[in-house]
Amino acid sequence: MKHDQKYTGQEFKVVGARVERPDGVDKVTGRARYGADANAPGQLVGLVLRSSHAHARIVKIDTSKAEKVAGVKAVLTSADLPDLTNGDAGNYATLVNCMARDRVLYDGHAVAAVAATDKSSAKKALKLIKVTYEKLPHVTDVDEALKKGAPLVQPTNKQDGKPSNKSGHFEFGHGDIEAGLLEADIVLERSYKTEQTHQGYIEPHACLATVGPDGSGELWVTTQGHFSFRIMCAALLGMDVAKLKVTSSEIGGGFGGKTHVWIEPVALALARKSNRPVKMVMSREEVFKASGPTCATSMDVKIGAKKDGTITAAFIECRYSDGPFPGIWGMLGGMTAWACYDLKNCKAVGVDVLVNRPKVAAYRAPSAPMMAFGVESTIDQLAKELDIDPVEFRLRNVAKEGTRSSYGPIYGPIGIEPTLEAVRDHPHMRAKLRKNQGRGMASGFWFNIGGQTCSDLNVGVDGTVNLTVGTVDVGGARASLSLIAAEELGISYDQVKTNIGDTSSLGHNDTTEGSRGTFSSGMATIFAAREAIEVMKSRAAQMWGIPEDAVEWKDGEARAVGAEHGNLPALSLKEIAAEAGATGGPIAGHHEVTADGSGVSFASHICDVEVDPETGKTTVLRYTVVQDAGKAIHPDYVEGQFQGAAAQGIGWALNEEYVYGEDGCLQNAGFLDYRVPVCSDLPFIDTKILEIPNPNHPYGIRGVGECSIVPPLAAIGNAVSNAVGVRLNHVPMSPPRILKALDDAGA
Amino acid sequence: MRYESPKTTKEAVTLLSKEKGKTFVLAGGTDLLVKLRMDMIEPDLMIDIKRIPAMNEINKTATGFKIGAAVSGRQLGASKALAKAWPGVVEATNLIGSDQIQGRCTMVGNLCNASPAADSVPAMIAAGAKAVVVGKAKRRAVAVENIVTGPGQTSLAKGEIIEAITLPKRPAKSGDAYLRFIPRTEMDIAVVGVAVSLTCKRGVIDSARVSLGAVAPTPLLVKEAAAAIIGTKLDKEALENLAAACSAACNPIDDKRGTVEYRVRVAGVLAKRAANIAFERAGGKK
Repeated sequence: MKHDQKYTGQEFKVVGARVERPDGVDKVTGRARYGADANAPGQLVGLVLRSSHAHARIVKIDTSKAEKVAGVKAVLTSADLPDLTNGDAGNYATLVNCMARDRVLYDGHAVAAVAATDKSSAKKALKLIKVTYEKLPHVTDVDEALKKGAPLVQPTNKQDGKPSNKSGHFEFGHGDIEAGLLEADIVLERSYKTEQTHQGYIEPHACLATVGPDGSGELWVTTQGHFSFRIMCAALLGMDVAKLKVTSSEIGGGFGGKTHVWIEPVALALARKSNRPVKMVMSREEVFKASGPTCATSMDVKIGAKKDGTITAAFIECRYSDGPFPGIWGMLGGMTAWACYDLKNCKAVGVDVLVNRPKVAAYRAPSAPMMAFGVESTIDQLAKELDIDPVEFRLRNVAKEGTRSSYGPIYGPIGIEPTLEAVRDHPHMRAKLRKNQGRGMASGFWFNIGGQTCSDLNVGVDGTVNLTVGTVDVGGARASLSLIAAEELGISYDQVKTNIGDTSSLGHNDTTEGSRGTFSSGMATIFAAREAIEVMKSRAAQMWGIPEDAVEWKDGEARAVGAEHGNLPALSLKEIAAEAGATGGPIAGHHEVTADGSGVSFASHICDVEVDPETGKTTVLRYTVVQDAGKAIHPDYVEGQFQGAAAQGIGWALNEEYVYGEDGCLQNAGFLDYRVPVCSDLPFIDTKILEIPNPNHPYGIRGVGECSIVPPLAAIGNAVSNAVGVRLNHVPMSPPRILKALDDAGA
Repeated sequence: MRYESPKTTKEAVTLLSKEKGKTFVLAGGTDLLVKLRMDMIEPDLMIDIKRIPAMNEINKTATGFKIGAAVSGRQLGASKALAKAWPGVVEATNLIGSDQIQGRCTMVGNLCNASPAADSVPAMIAAGAKAVVVGKAKRRAVAVENIVTGPGQTSLAKGEIIEAITLPKRPAKSGDAYLRFIPRTEMDIAVVGVAVSLTCKRGVIDSARVSLGAVAPTPLLVKEAAAAIIGTKLDKEALENLAAACSAACNPIDDKRGTVEYRVRVAGVLAKRAANIAFERAGGKK
């Protein structure tokens, strides 16, 4: 029973409270230390020389002049790094992305790095590195890359035995599409495109690296997963995992982009070569050009339905631009495509395509928003064609407990139907609209993950508690985990302080990704607390001089039970802690687990927009998010996640995109022209938390961080279409695209 | 890099004239400091004009207004007299950047940065504003439309500095307006900007000036657009002619901020809207 992760339906005392965030004051006063806020005596400034070609062969790199610049302590090229050509393909790609070997594969690809005593010396040295390039033809568009005769991004990449830019093909689904289409009264076929977007975290990548003469190193870094960074850096540089200590800083946003190494191995390599600490901070331009955005896509959708609204067949193929290295983005997208629905015949094909753009990294529910745009836009049109309300249409085909999902598993209790019912019943759906205004809705799915987690809980001498976890707090996990520890121990929230331990203080923890932080560390926290409670019960028994089985733990205190001892006054956690030295030493609980059973999450969104038909500008007037949280441990943070995800989705839907020139170079590598929404662009995003407990977590927790970035592209697309009467098939639906669509439709 | 903060315009001009290397004038610094940090410029001498008292003043003169080169957008917005006489100029300047930028940015800085997309410049051109240019030997008044000669380039000679902007006195029944298109609501660069200034007599537009931004290498004064509305009560036909004249004057580029097609079309759309606002401000009735 002690480690039973089944949901029990227990009543909560502190979980669910909107308590003050523990990191708030530090963050607003500037005391919080982010990636760029660490310094070491004698540190050097590390800078990277980057390619301004989309694709070129590196003929020669001459660093001799740069090395002679006063203050320069190390110049690094791929020649200084291990050659992983014949090793693990993933490690090879990661290292070659950090520092190009024989070719540069995109505008912004690193070719050399310098460490110098100050920034101007480092800059001077960068200018003196002479790289001789032989330009090669490039391709940046996902459809162009698949055409016959397209320039090959990786000449060794083969598909069906022939050189190709197609690097992956994944299929999911069940049933017989052709048979299903024959049963249909109506079949819609549509094609869509989405442009490449960046996570847009405010804090750029930054780190401070040291490597001692004994080969042991330390890395202070802004990351979503310091344990994973340790493994990656150690593997890339040939270091021992145990001899590299990685400490995660406060993080100024990650959204998946900080799950991958970009400058960190370079900083360690420069530190190793110079024998000095090296600090590296990316510029915003570098962040856009050389840290992972998400994919651009192109897709075809075909759905057949009966007059009564039953979907008989559903097919989608979506092609994802991975950058120059193969990824699994098509696979993730393919798994999510039809997950909201209970379908007899469905198929999703995810294709990965190599292009001369930066190496793609995860971005909040990676790959799902694009396919949802195709799926939910087409479903909306189908509902219209059949004259069925779009929510009702979805409800007629909705996945339920026991449904075989489109990607395989049979669902347990899930929240898609309740989110749709909540949307249907929401007053937002009945609010009046004026001229040029339209309403749209869409649904989305995300898996959420569990994974490896290890937590320590230490009871202090004064009865306050330190919880140490290894999952980086990117979205408020410290507050939630403190609440969970307080709940288990029966003490108040402010008696618990949660810290993120460095890699030397805990066992391995997987990265904070897949909305796993609170789910998995929450589970480890519960069991660590229960272990500590067992210790405290035993100590209380000692203090009382009674058998351990006569002690119970309730409301933060040990109580003696039974006829013989039941009259003893209770011993509080504080009283037991004060005597710890005399009763056996420190009181602690510990738990490590591979947390299985992360509950899937679903969201349905409603939005109202107004489109200016003369300029094509879209204003989001009202936006409502409904999502299943399993259990909202800290509702403020849960709402914040819903709102943040929706805001990013809105930006993606309307204005954010990577703009490439004919030369294959990125034209808008900065926040001025890569247009994330500013505060005044968004309405207050309304939220509704549903709580359908995850049966595989003691508290019913499901991940909440990602799912709500999935519906907005389609929700906005549907709203825009309802406002102007023309369907937008290309994201972002920027003003020029909307005006053009209106023109093309002769409106 | 040498930094100087002279106390008089004369001193500033002398410093600028003597320096053999690259010189830059620092007012609010909202463009200059960004360029410096992005390694786009390497100044040998930077002259900060904020300590020159005369450059920090807004004065009502016999001929209109004189606005010092170091006057911030925020200061400009706080002047009730200016907002009443030239609401379009004030609004255009107040559109630059964000609240924080408004505390620093200046009209003259916006002009000398010489971006085709500068917000305050079309409004100044439409208003018939002049720049007070001070050099070592002489002082001259230059129409604002003659300052910017290309992206990042001005007609100022070595050692010359703009001390102030003058705006003419406003006759009764006058109004001006500036509108820009940006895909967001703030903190963005104009994709198209249109300024209209007009004066009515007996309900009919008697004189007008129309200026476009972000649709050519320099902000444009479009005489044909003004001609399209002079003598009208801004009826539908006049507005269509105005839009057509503005679209015809555009010579934009395709870039990350907008397509040629889009800019040409939206220039016409915004011209109509700006003219309507200016006309209403002039007390015009349709």
